[in-house]
Amino acid sequence: MAIGAKRVPAQEASRRGASSEEAALGAAAPLLEIEGLRVSFLQYGRGLQRRTVQALAGVDLSVGAGELVALVGSSGSGKSLLAHAVMGLLPDNARSSGSIRYAGEPLDGERLLRLRGKELALVPQGVTYLDPLLRAGEQALGRQRGPQARSRLRAVFSRFGLPERAERLYPHQLSGGMARKVLVSAAALGGARLVVADEPTPGMEAGKAAEALQALRELADGGCGVLLLTHDIEAALRVADRVAVLYAGEAVELAAASDFAGAGERLRHPYTRALWQALPANGFRPLPGVQPAPEEAAASCAFAARCGQAAPECRAAKPAMRVWRGGQVRCFKPD
Amino acid sequence: MEKLSADIQDGRRRGAGAEAAQSASGGEGIKGGWGLYLLGKALRLILLLAAVSAVTFTLVSHSPVDPVRAYIGADILRVGPEQQAQIAAYWGLDEPPLERFFRWVGALLSGDLGTSMIYREPVADVIAERFASSALLMAAAWLLSGALGFSAGIAAAMAHGRWPDRLIRRCCYLLASTPPFWLALLLLTVFGVALGWFPIGLAAPAGMAAEEVGWLDRLRHMALPALTLSVVGIAPVALHTRQKLLEVLASDHALYARSRGERGWALLRRHGLRAVALPALSLQLAGFSELFGGAVLAEQVFSYPGLGQATVQAGLRGDVPLLMGLVLGSALFVFAGNLLADLSYRLVDPRLRERSRTS
Repeated sequence: MAIGAKRVPAQEASRRGASSEEAALGAAAPLLEIEGLRVSFLQYGRGLQRRTVQALAGVDLSVGAGELVALVGSSGSGKSLLAHAVMGLLPDNARSSGSIRYAGEPLDGERLLRLRGKELALVPQGVTYLDPLLRAGEQALGRQRGPQARSRLRAVFSRFGLPERAERLYPHQLSGGMARKVLVSAAALGGARLVVADEPTPGMEAGKAAEALQALRELADGGCGVLLLTHDIEAALRVADRVAVLYAGEAVELAAASDFAGAGERLRHPYTRALWQALPANGFRPLPGVQPAPEEAAASCAFAARCGQAAPECRAAKPAMRVWRGGQVRCFKPD
Repeated sequence: MEKLSADIQDGRRRGAGAEAAQSASGGEGIKGGWGLYLLGKALRLILLLAAVSAVTFTLVSHSPVDPVRAYIGADILRVGPEQQAQIAAYWGLDEPPLERFFRWVGALLSGDLGTSMIYREPVADVIAERFASSALLMAAAWLLSGALGFSAGIAAAMAHGRWPDRLIRRCCYLLASTPPFWLALLLLTVFGVALGWFPIGLAAPAGMAAEEVGWLDRLRHMALPALTLSVVGIAPVALHTRQKLLEVLASDHALYARSRGERGWALLRRHGLRAVALPALSLQLAGFSELFGGAVLAEQVFSYPGLGQATVQAGLRGDVPLLMGLVLGSALFVFAGNLLADLSYRLVDPRLRERSRTS
């Protein structure tokens, strides 16, 4: 795996240890800070039984300007919910707690309404997020009008490799890759400072997926903060500066992308290392067992049941996120 | 290995290119697609008319109503059996039904709908005259129910779960379960008799020469029947529009629009209206049959001289040529409504437009 020059400082910082955590936690002033984000749902079971389903059980991460942070979690682990929570678009039956701050101030209410579509942009999963009755060009422009916006649209489309006729196509005429590029273009056109991209690659061929990720990398290089939500750790590592790992609804590790190297010696959490070693290029060793639901692990370390190093304390209490070797980790006995 | 996968990708890309070229050249297929479509529809119409006339004729020839007795009415005692037989022979009623049917079909194919027994005028003239007054009534009711139903549906969906939504929904259930003839009587009692705002029946003031009847008179006479008739159509359109709009508002693309700062009525205008207008329009067009059925009842209650009333008369008095003409006319009318609904989809929805091109 090639490691970009961009990420070398972070790598050095992690070598120097916890004292210079700043570098790995985003040297620039963070655009987005998420602390202890929890999201749950009210669900109606049989009859009038009501139960709460915990989807996110504690996510901490931050994204700085010009930085691409990937949140890696398995499918159905609540990544989309995190995206919707940041954008303030959770469904009515969802309850969230914790803090989400944008540029140092809480992101809610009027401020959220004002920033959505301007400084905040969501790049959703795919073609179903495009209005089937509107042409791609119109959708990418959103509320922008006029000849200036048109020419900017043309420029952005060609930058992302979309042909000019794509402007006049309806969503059902777009390929999956084109639709995702239209969605990325829309974020770029809106002049967003923070972009949240939700699984932009599944179902695309490798080449197209790489292009879509490259488009996000370009947004970050242009000064945006980008939060990439994905299940594909390999793809994420190709473009990300830092990686957050989600397990059973909790962020368990926050690491520099360069920490994912060799046999994973520089990684901090046993789950992250298992994830890394399960990749075909790194030994192809699958981790037995399945992730518990967040409520099953409410009072213990969520990973304890599958962890080789689990001690009695791991089953008795929940570890908190703590700074460790230039990153962060949720573990009593990090390596 | 990498080379191989690159080749595969390249091949895929080429495949995708060919696909795109195909869809671009698909434009040439437009003419063929439409020709086939219209041919199919025409064939279906002919089959429909044939089936409808055969069924109607069978039903009428088994009807217990004796046209001669119905025609003579109370004077039956003064008309002897020989005279009755003469009238029957004059109308051709002494022939076997099958022969009569085929003679009627033959005349129809040469453009002759026959002569109405009760009006003693050509059927085509009776229908044309009646249709003029009914068309006005039905058009008014159609527009009124469409406009009211559509706006009520949108208002309800935009206020989803709050009191305006509940109010509109309850009104719709109430309207949907109200029998039109009962509502007609109610309106007649309140606005015609008690308040005296509108005339209690007919299409024009009684005893006035046709030339003297002004537009205002016509409108005043049409108001209550049109209102009655429109009530039948409001609830389906409103509830359907509400449901469809709620679906659109809960869709992924509406969520995306909200993430881009669109909300409220602006979001509705940009993403909602287009999606709900088409189903509402097609529902309204497909509702032509209920419109016609409702017209029969409303015209009867208000003694409004339209197609509906003529249909009832033709049925009760065994006027076979007129009844056959009316049935064919109404089948054509309902078919036209369905065809328009289908066409509106093909012309407006980009997804179907594409399909009609490639088919």
